[in-house]
Amino acid sequence: MLRLERRPNPSRFWLYATPPVAVVLTMIAGGLLFAAMGKDPVAVIRTIFWEPLFGDFAFYLRGQLLVKAGPLILIAIGLAMGFRAGIWNIGAEGQYIMGAICGAAVGLAVYPTESRLIFPVMVLAGALGGWAWAMIPAILRTRFNTNEILVSLMLVYVAETILAKAATGFLRNPDGMGFPGSRNFSSYPAAANAELFAGSGLHWGGVTAVFVALAAHVLLRHHVLGYQIRLAGQAPRAARFHGVDPTRLVIFCMGLSGALAGLAGLFEVAGPAGQISIDFNSGYGFTAIIVAFLGRLNPLGIVLAGLLMALTYVGGEMASTNMGLPAAAIQVFQGMLLFFLLGVDVLTNYRIRPVKGAR
Amino acid sequence: MLFGTIDPVTLVAALIVASVPILLAATGELVVEKAGVLNLGVEGMMITGAIGGFIIAVATGSPAMGFLGGAIAGALLSLIFAFLTQFLLTNQVATGLALTLFGLGLSSLLGQGYNGIKPPATHPLPFGPLADLPVLGPILFGHDLLVYLSVALVAGTAWVMGRTRLGLIIRAVGENHDAAHSLGYKVVRVRVLCILFGGAMAGLGGAYLSLVRVPQWTDGITAGAGWIALAIVVFASWRPWRVLLGAWLFGGISVLQLNLQAAGSAIPVEYLSMSPYLVTILVLVVMSSGRGRAAVNAPASLGQGFHASQ
Amino acid sequence: MTGGDLLRVEGVGKTYPGVRANEDVSLTIAPGEIHALLGENGAGKSTLVKIIYGLVRPDEGRMLLNGQPYAPAAPREARARGVAMVFQHFSLFEALSVAENVALGMEDAPPMRELAARIRVVSEEYGLPLDPSRRVGDLSAGERQRVEIVRCLLQNPRLLIMDEPTSVLTPQEVKILFATLRKLAAEGTSILYISHKLEEIRALCDRATVLRRGRVVAECDPRECSAAQLAEMMVGQALSPTRRTVKAERGRIVLGVSDLSVPSPFAFGTALKDIRFTVARGEILGVAGVAGNGQDELLMALSGEIVTEPDRVRIDSRPAGDLGPDKRRAMGLVAAPEDRYGHAAAPDMTLTENAFLTGMVRRGLVSRGFVRWRAAREFARQIIADYDVRTPGPDVAARALSGGNLQKFLIGRELEQAPDVIVINQPTWGVDAAAAAAIRQAILNRAAEGAGVVVISQDLDELLEISDRFAVLNEGRLTRPRTTEGLTMEEIGLMMGGAHGMEVAHHAQA
Repeated sequence: MLRLERRPNPSRFWLYATPPVAVVLTMIAGGLLFAAMGKDPVAVIRTIFWEPLFGDFAFYLRGQLLVKAGPLILIAIGLAMGFRAGIWNIGAEGQYIMGAICGAAVGLAVYPTESRLIFPVMVLAGALGGWAWAMIPAILRTRFNTNEILVSLMLVYVAETILAKAATGFLRNPDGMGFPGSRNFSSYPAAANAELFAGSGLHWGGVTAVFVALAAHVLLRHHVLGYQIRLAGQAPRAARFHGVDPTRLVIFCMGLSGALAGLAGLFEVAGPAGQISIDFNSGYGFTAIIVAFLGRLNPLGIVLAGLLMALTYVGGEMASTNMGLPAAAIQVFQGMLLFFLLGVDVLTNYRIRPVKGAR
Repeated sequence: MLFGTIDPVTLVAALIVASVPILLAATGELVVEKAGVLNLGVEGMMITGAIGGFIIAVATGSPAMGFLGGAIAGALLSLIFAFLTQFLLTNQVATGLALTLFGLGLSSLLGQGYNGIKPPATHPLPFGPLADLPVLGPILFGHDLLVYLSVALVAGTAWVMGRTRLGLIIRAVGENHDAAHSLGYKVVRVRVLCILFGGAMAGLGGAYLSLVRVPQWTDGITAGAGWIALAIVVFASWRPWRVLLGAWLFGGISVLQLNLQAAGSAIPVEYLSMSPYLVTILVLVVMSSGRGRAAVNAPASLGQGFHASQ
Repeated sequence: MTGGDLLRVEGVGKTYPGVRANEDVSLTIAPGEIHALLGENGAGKSTLVKIIYGLVRPDEGRMLLNGQPYAPAAPREARARGVAMVFQHFSLFEALSVAENVALGMEDAPPMRELAARIRVVSEEYGLPLDPSRRVGDLSAGERQRVEIVRCLLQNPRLLIMDEPTSVLTPQEVKILFATLRKLAAEGTSILYISHKLEEIRALCDRATVLRRGRVVAECDPRECSAAQLAEMMVGQALSPTRRTVKAERGRIVLGVSDLSVPSPFAFGTALKDIRFTVARGEILGVAGVAGNGQDELLMALSGEIVTEPDRVRIDSRPAGDLGPDKRRAMGLVAAPEDRYGHAAAPDMTLTENAFLTGMVRRGLVSRGFVRWRAAREFARQIIADYDVRTPGPDVAARALSGGNLQKFLIGRELEQAPDVIVINQPTWGVDAAAAAAIRQAILNRAAEGAGVVVISQDLDELLEISDRFAVLNEGRLTRPRTTEGLTMEEIGLMMGGAHGMEVAHHAQA
């Protein structure tokens, strides 16, 4: 029999070792899954983790990595701030959609005007859209004590309906011959979020993500607000005793994560996606939850985690085209990663001891 | 007139059927939460039950086996949650989310190749002439076994939780796990069993979706039903009979909005299809703002991990 | 002679990681005997009774019950063999009814209606009246204890273990409890009575076993020992009493509370009703009261965690009732809550981070919104040095410290901020005698330097020792403060509301 024993101090070693160990365990379990599906596990794992970085098409795929990692990092950092404070915004997908719709609407409204101000205003509108959507669960929680998990999640479904309406109705391309989807931003330079260097995959979203990660790191480590976020998550009563106003903290954390998700949505719709369409959103808002935990809710860790998760997306697509691996298998793979991560994390605060005799 | 061409009797009969999946899932989650565990993976367990039940039903040609398979699939998935939260002491919120993400992926993976297949039909119970009664016939005597079983399960849960020693122990564990432990009750064991029950119920509810309600397999078939089930538990203030009320309310809204869409109502389709989610939010607000009653009935240890330190 | 003993414990030992909780502990309890188990916090009393009750398995040694080998693997087995226990904490379910709580502690609980009837009968018989249908969360601390006792009595135990039972009782309630225990003993039930209150043990017990650092250091007849002798056995050294070197002259009023009424933020909390008092410079106001009479709420209303209209709380004559903890600290009021793990401190954070928790404002640990971690660390270091906190350093998590050490750190954190007003709830709860004496001395010193102090405590001896004026918090109301000198126990008991809801039973017995 084994038994868990609480460590007096959290283990520094396991704090950093948890993510790599979880990744290795996921590779093993994932390999078993792929084998069960009749694929060569080694080849699949290699395709996912090696090909995008060093394979024949790496010159293109590395860029794709940044394209996918940008929104994941941006959203995950916002979520992580809330998670640390015990505020569970899990409706980032909805905020992402609403940010995209608001930002795109601004751009499409002034089409075809050319001005340097258009894109910055769109960015602002995107952040505002996500922020406003996140304010709904935030205010309901602070005013009526309503569970923000359920409300923010319900709003994802509402946002998806609005997106469908936008793509087929109020934002539909008037010159699109009745097909759903808005005008494409790639043919509207003043409003487009183009690549900063051709072929690099880096657009303003990636730059913002790096900047936000650094700012969040400084905030958490050195600013009173960051301290209060950590304190509120670990010991809510102590946080009140310290002087944290829970209402303001909820508004701040929800607002921040909503705005960042909205930004990510705008960057995506004006850049890689190009247009508002019924299904332009690809579940980044949910995958970002995995990224946030994989990065140990630490902004710099999230940058690494976002890149790793992007790798599984890009590599997964490779495996899908080259080896016929279903896209859903990658989703399962990502889910397993989160399980292993949460499970291995127990070693940070506990150690395992054999017990004499049965108990 | 809002109801226009919609026949109220058909509507009530339809809402009873429509409410079955969330009713089952919410009843299971109620027991889980009464034991002090918050499992946010209902959506994942439901959809895994939906595909598990669908596959078994198609393979065996028997809907009954399908329902059983769905329950087992849901319970198996919940086993992961039970192991992680009860033995490895992981955060219940995060683990529940992981379960949902994993379940959505897994069901999609397992469901490859099952799109467009028709499952074996589930027939209404033969009530003979009773089924032909006006009004009462379609409402009370026109359904399949699972409809009656789901109501019976609510009754059974209400009885066990309120009247038996087993229910008392479950409530005690959810109320104060330290006290339950010091009296010698096996907190972890009780919770694991409750989680498995919750998983089986969610899986059964999912199977009903794919085998009866829709009836076919499509990715994301649950479309938030699991989350609505979680909301219904709050709505019901953790009381089984009120879960039934809540499930009927939501079943009614979803049936009504579908009917209104079909009837070509003046309200745009989008607003109709988002109505169940908006109503859920509204109900949560109303239930949570009357802080007193609901808060007192919520299990005191809900969502907290338990570790017998010494 | 072994045949005559009810329980024999022989050479029992138990080790936890880093702690030898029990070592070679032996004791015997005769039928009908009231046996005291005496020791400081952390002496190993709890571990020993948990072993006897089947919650913990010993690493070595054996036990005999009625001459038969006794090694309970679970409390169920202990209960089946006639061993019952009344816990100090953690064994009632607030949202459940009295009858349900009782049923959970029984092996073969009868149907609810029958059980309710039996609860009525037994509770009346022993002078502990209870309504089986009431929700435990709505009961007073003394009534809750009755639930526990009745739960045990319904099983006709041969050995009843009582862990610190009087800490939640008024003096009158203590008397009634003692009468009940004597009646039980006369009927042949043995009682293992755990306490660190020496006078109680001298009044009640036939024999005493003294534990220190996990070992039995003495066994005696407490009626033949003086309290001082018992204390010395328990602590291992004679303690010098605290004293006030200088008495600051009563100065101006630094804290004024008037007509303070607030609802409790907790589900089963106690609302404060019309609280009014003042505290002057250099004065210590002691607030007594049995647990659950609004102590937490009073501390929070003073610290700023609960806000009210501005004039309800005045610090140095300036209205502060609507201000949060930060602003009140800036005005000179510091507070130390009772719950160390999660309220006064964040257990998983380091001592440096915990020093910052309240030191931020008065110690200037922030500049332009950024935390001056180096200064915070220096503050933590200073507390550790000045208050003799045993820890490897300021980077250790708070949860790694023992209760007494953490309390010294937390009290030090507040006292080191040069406050004008200090509010402390339970300054020495769960703290060993030496640390408790050090904490009381530190509070007295601050008062001597001119701070006005409010000490909320459930330990009457402590309050009588250090306070100038004395008031009682009872169901959210505060009695008019009286000069401590010359107060008798009888008067204090009446201030505490006598025996809650027991007058009827008392008269019936008399």
